[in-house]
Amino acid sequence: MQVSEQDPAAGPAARKVGEFLRSRAEQIAQRWADAALFRTVFTVSRDEAVEACKAVVEALAEVAATGRPDDITAPGFHAVREQLGRMAATRARTGSTPAQVAGEVADLSRPAVTLLRGEFDDPAGGQAQDCVLALTVLMGTLRLVVMETTLSQGQELIERQRQQLLEVATPVIKLWEGIVAVPLIGTLDSARSQVVMESLLDAVVAERARYAILDITGVPTVDSLVAQHLMKTVAAARLMGAECIVSGIRPAIAQTIVHLGIDLGNVVTRSSLADALAHALRRQGSAVPPGTPAASLAP
Amino acid sequence: MTSREQDHTPRVPVLMLGQTLLVTLQGELQDAVAGQLQDDIVSRIAAGPVTGVVIDITGVDIVDSYLGRVLAEIASSARLMAARTVLAGMRPAVAITLAELGLTLPGLRTALDVGRALALLSHSPPTGSPPHPGRAHHADLC
Repeated sequence: MQVSEQDPAAGPAARKVGEFLRSRAEQIAQRWADAALFRTVFTVSRDEAVEACKAVVEALAEVAATGRPDDITAPGFHAVREQLGRMAATRARTGSTPAQVAGEVADLSRPAVTLLRGEFDDPAGGQAQDCVLALTVLMGTLRLVVMETTLSQGQELIERQRQQLLEVATPVIKLWEGIVAVPLIGTLDSARSQVVMESLLDAVVAERARYAILDITGVPTVDSLVAQHLMKTVAAARLMGAECIVSGIRPAIAQTIVHLGIDLGNVVTRSSLADALAHALRRQGSAVPPGTPAASLAP
Repeated sequence: MTSREQDHTPRVPVLMLGQTLLVTLQGELQDAVAGQLQDDIVSRIAAGPVTGVVIDITGVDIVDSYLGRVLAEIASSARLMAARTVLAGMRPAVAITLAELGLTLPGLRTALDVGRALALLSHSPPTGSPPHPGRAHHADLC
């Protein structure tokens, strides 16, 4: 990629390209505004597209003026990075793959190169070739910048959604006076079980709860790691003076636990949340309507 | 431990509430102080009609394996003298750390705060040892 270091002519050629871009910004912008990339993003008015194109051309001119057209971290790109990212995001929403967007960015170089060739009396001459090469490198860098911006935005989105999932997926519900419950949904990994444990214990303090129910109906599979997380949570709740009941153990999960040889030992388990609530109410001394299941199973 | 004989060793106050001893721990517990506390509690149980011991650790930020062992020893020796021990007021962060370390303090009853601990003791039948350590907390309530 380090063209400017290998070729001593690239620096002056790039600066010449910079001057060309600056002087012909209006013309290039007019041509780019009709290209697929800008036309499909700025559908409202063509003037807006031309303005956006001009901003990109000016950024390119600034980068070219530094003599290093292959530098994707050049400060010249900072100004248009957000705009390029927005454009790429718009294209992605309409169903374009990143490769298609990259192709559309590549298509921008043809009109610019044609204009640049027209600048020279002898388009086949050495100087003209150097300049065209520099412009091509510059356009390649623009393509990289667009791709990089798109990818980093996707990364940010994933990170934000991951955080939201952590917060949303673990609500602590007060079921009764002194009874709180956490319905666990989805795979239970270390990070999530930590969040569950913290929010459950905080709720035990806030609600002055004597009983905490962990409902694992929404947990697809229970392996030894998940069981370990559950037992840690149960132990921590017990240390706080609350009894933990694990509910929502489906037949398949019960069999898995037995087959894996996991010893849930002292953990009180019930098959459904209703059973767990009935158990907790009975232990609290509250009246439970007759016919509620699992009355005889209380340890 | 020679420091135990010295008069200026700070002592943890042991309060008598009816037939219950109330001990409030604050901050870090030094070795000498812990030894003195164990002696104090055992002699108070021996001297008077004591049926329960409540250890309040609301003001304790860190419970390490040493303090965990001290608490377990207090509970064991109290049980030998027919008094039950309840640990009260553990903070969530402390509970999480202990659970992560695997120090689950089996055999110790636990309660959310001192009020709950006293209620637990007054509701329980005055037997010496719980039927099932680790499983039987709150079991006496029903």
